[in-house]
Amino acid sequence: MSSNVSSSSPVKSTGLHVGAIKPGVAKKDPILVADGVRRQFGGLVAVDVEHVEIPRNAITALIGPNGAGKTTFFNLLTGFDQPNEGSWSFNGKSLAKVSAFKVARMGLIRTFQLTKALGLLTVMDNMKLGSTEQKGENLSSSLFPFVWKKKETEIEAKALEILTRFKLDSKRDDFAASLSGGQRKLLEMARALMTNPELVMLDEPMAGVNPALTQSLLDHILNLKNEGMTVLFVEHDMQMVRHIADWVIVMAEGKVVAEGAPDEVMKNPAVIDAYLGSHQDIDLGAVTGRITLPKISKEK
Amino acid sequence: MDFFGIFTSSISFIIAPTTIAYALATLGLALHFGFGGLLNMGMAGFMALGAYGYAIGILSFGLPWYLAAFVGIAASIVFALILGIPTLRLRGDYLAIVTIAAAEIVRLMLLSSAFGGLTGSADGLSGFNGPGGTVTNPTVGAGGFNDSNPIPPGEYGFVPFLDNERTWYLRIVGFIILGLAIFIVWRLVNSPWGRVIKGIREDEDAVRSLGKNVFAYKMQALIIGGVLGALGGLMLAFSTNVNSSVYVTSLTFFLWTALLLGGAATVFGPLAGSIIFWVLQAFLGLIFPALAEAGLMPFTTIQAAQIKYIIVGFALVLLVVFRPQGLFGNKKELTFVK
Amino acid sequence: MRTMSTMRRNASRLASAVGAFVLAFGVLGLASPAQADVVNPEMPYKISGNVQNKGEPIAGVTINLAGGGGYAATVMTDAEGKFTAGVPEKEADYTVTVDETTLPDGVAVIDNPATEFVEANVQTVTVGPGGRAAMNFFIGQGERHVTSMFDQVVQRLISGLNFGLMLALASVGLSLIYGTTGISNFAHAELVTFGAIATFGLVAVMGEGLLWLAIPIALILSGVLGWGVDAALWAPLRRRGMGLVQLMIVSIGLSLGIRYTYQFFIGGKTEQLPGSGAERFNLFGSVSLSMIDIVSMGVSVLIIIAFAWWLSASKIGKATRAISDNPSLAASSGIDVDGVVRIVWIIGSVLAGFSGILWAYFRPGIRWDMGGQILLLIFAATTLGGLGTAYGALVGSLIVGILVEGSSLFIPSDLKYVGALVVLIGILLFRPQGILGRKERVG
Repeated sequence: MSSNVSSSSPVKSTGLHVGAIKPGVAKKDPILVADGVRRQFGGLVAVDVEHVEIPRNAITALIGPNGAGKTTFFNLLTGFDQPNEGSWSFNGKSLAKVSAFKVARMGLIRTFQLTKALGLLTVMDNMKLGSTEQKGENLSSSLFPFVWKKKETEIEAKALEILTRFKLDSKRDDFAASLSGGQRKLLEMARALMTNPELVMLDEPMAGVNPALTQSLLDHILNLKNEGMTVLFVEHDMQMVRHIADWVIVMAEGKVVAEGAPDEVMKNPAVIDAYLGSHQDIDLGAVTGRITLPKISKEK
Repeated sequence: MDFFGIFTSSISFIIAPTTIAYALATLGLALHFGFGGLLNMGMAGFMALGAYGYAIGILSFGLPWYLAAFVGIAASIVFALILGIPTLRLRGDYLAIVTIAAAEIVRLMLLSSAFGGLTGSADGLSGFNGPGGTVTNPTVGAGGFNDSNPIPPGEYGFVPFLDNERTWYLRIVGFIILGLAIFIVWRLVNSPWGRVIKGIREDEDAVRSLGKNVFAYKMQALIIGGVLGALGGLMLAFSTNVNSSVYVTSLTFFLWTALLLGGAATVFGPLAGSIIFWVLQAFLGLIFPALAEAGLMPFTTIQAAQIKYIIVGFALVLLVVFRPQGLFGNKKELTFVK
Repeated sequence: MRTMSTMRRNASRLASAVGAFVLAFGVLGLASPAQADVVNPEMPYKISGNVQNKGEPIAGVTINLAGGGGYAATVMTDAEGKFTAGVPEKEADYTVTVDETTLPDGVAVIDNPATEFVEANVQTVTVGPGGRAAMNFFIGQGERHVTSMFDQVVQRLISGLNFGLMLALASVGLSLIYGTTGISNFAHAELVTFGAIATFGLVAVMGEGLLWLAIPIALILSGVLGWGVDAALWAPLRRRGMGLVQLMIVSIGLSLGIRYTYQFFIGGKTEQLPGSGAERFNLFGSVSLSMIDIVSMGVSVLIIIAFAWWLSASKIGKATRAISDNPSLAASSGIDVDGVVRIVWIIGSVLAGFSGILWAYFRPGIRWDMGGQILLLIFAATTLGGLGTAYGALVGSLIVGILVEGSSLFIPSDLKYVGALVVLIGILLFRPQGILGRKERVG
């Protein structure tokens, strides 16, 4: 399967919400629901989310200033951190007290802000590690190759197919450490696909990636939606968010302050004040007065 | 100066029982640290439990030697569980300190007169290998290790490998155990299980996020490596007696030297490292006293015996600075090297 | 607020710790009784004695022995009223006490004009160069002397304080080195030993009368050693960006090499510093101290106070704390990190060297591996207090010292280090940042 989504306007999902739009609005088909999740470090409240629902088979962006609690919220949802209070469920199953690896096995895969491509393993080994079906990973079976050899070949074939899609197939026997930063991000995403996830949570997938590779990453994320998966990602790049997100959730100081379709959220005055800045459409040089732009009539 | 004697003595260590014992324990350490990234500085404790468990099994419980061996192995498994459950989540250098402390606790308890009835405290335990029905230990029937020896009495082999039937039996049994151990570790490490372990070694969270139970894998590595350490202790116990003064922290450090010498993350590195370590040890331990006695060195023979240890210490420093991958390792694969 | 999973995790930690304790001390039930008429036969020197009532031997009397360095033993008289106890050091004093509750009714130890103690059931015996000593207790009609539990506890407390202060000097250096460079320095033990060996060597050359001069020179040499080791080894490796695990292994190799170099020069036997084994005099009850104990505690306290002042008030002291907290921020604020680290090494080595001299008086005796004997205790102290903080090292050392000395009230004396080691493991499980450390420090 090759990426067949064009780089111009992706098809957006609409009608995801139920009722009036406000922070914590219910969704028609939520895959992830969080209630009263709260995480405190000493005196600092890092996360204090009253209610939020993530719509299924859509691309949701989680935006907000640094320190808003986005990564902490990711950690809490996926079992990498324990909240002080709160409950959350994935496909109706509660995830509270479920350890991180079990959360992953349930179909909720996350990537990390600082890429965790395993540099000392080859690209192919990284991919094979992603598969959850290899019985040979159990201690008892590992001693008997005839038990796992066949599955290994199948996994290798699947990995090669995904690598080809991500254009990393020529690098499959190289150590992952020899890849560039952007290629490692692609590898992390490709590896996540090996687990057949339902919900993919990406923590700043574009951070540090050059513009050329950004387009490729965007296409891959859109592809995830086409194949029936749900995507939740944290980003600061507003062009990208506006381009592919179906829904935007805004966090600030640990709370959800706004939700909605990208265009509407970005016009929300509270969001603009807290995060976007009111001149985010205009060249920064003009804002500071260094240059003068020719006057253009504003479109509504 | 008897150069020939020194030379043959040193070479004989290539297949000495002590070398085999070291190779087993170092293989366990390779699994712990080389492949699993666990900084186990308490391997001496595992060896002590294997050796003492075996001796106590024979002397206090009256078991035949092959069942008593399982007592030693079981003791090391219990130790690994007690040690691992609370501590496997600790950061590297903390785990190192905890494992040294745990091994020292084991040694102090074995040394203490409080348990003297079981452990022989400072004297240790002896006379459990047989042959049975001797003056030293009339209670050990035909169940001792030496009683199971099928080789008829006599001297076999050729210089430098000339020994009696007991040493040859010990060697053969040792090689069989070592061979099996190497085979099993090789299989494990090249399997999908090994792939997960190598991933954990580098970044636990990444592996966790892919759905693997990281704690279970680390515990399995700790137990298997610990059993290998116990087998090493067992080999030492088969040779002679057991004494807590052997299982000191320096022993663990020497195992680490052998490990890094051969290659921490390789399957054959531990064997190679142990052989080189012991041959060099023997050589240095003989040549310096001989030189001193011949008046060629400005120190006494007693002082000369210390030189090999000094060399080992500084060699370890040079090794880890200039060639941390050892002889057979691949520098690109090592996680502890920046 | 604790969540269920935190509580469950703590419960599992508690269960494992309890399991370990039960295993360890439950086996004590299987042990044979420690009392016999001959104890510690494997020790090289002996004290033997006699308990008689007007020439009639008394059997089954319990005798307690105590000596420097925390040696303690219990022995019982046999049918002939005789007992023999092995002791670890010669040319040292031991306190021998008759437990009057084990005497037959109506009799007690009568005052023997030969002793200087008010209570005749406690005698000091000197094991001379011959390695053997003999003594007698005479029983008759008389009042019993009660060594109260209180006195014993106080004695142990003071001994523990003494030991703890000595540990503190070594621990503070280790903690600061860890804080500023991240290295768990196993070779710190050898810096401790160096102080004692250097003093011994200087006294051998300069004569015992110049001990007061030998000690400062030894401390200067310790500082030079610390400076040298940092300049020649640690600083270049840090510049290379070497990983912490590698650095730790380097410190292990260094420790081995230096330790056996010491043995090369002074052999395997125990040497003594002049003034060791000084007489203990009575403070109150049956609590006793020697002049050396008092001097060493006093000097330790002074040095620690001076050091604490330096750490908080001086510019370099503050820089040290800044680097411990955040090295890159400190560097970019203009602090010369390498220079400060070098000074930390010098001070740490001087403190360790002094600690070694005190350890030589406390044990008593100098041995090539004396530093190694307390290295784990130093690690326990610094971890307990909080790795990287100097005050934490002090607090931790005092606790470890009192724990080690106090534990011999409850458990057999040859297991007293086990208590401290168990505490070390326990701390790392329940509160790895130690008493004074902050939570972010731990991995």
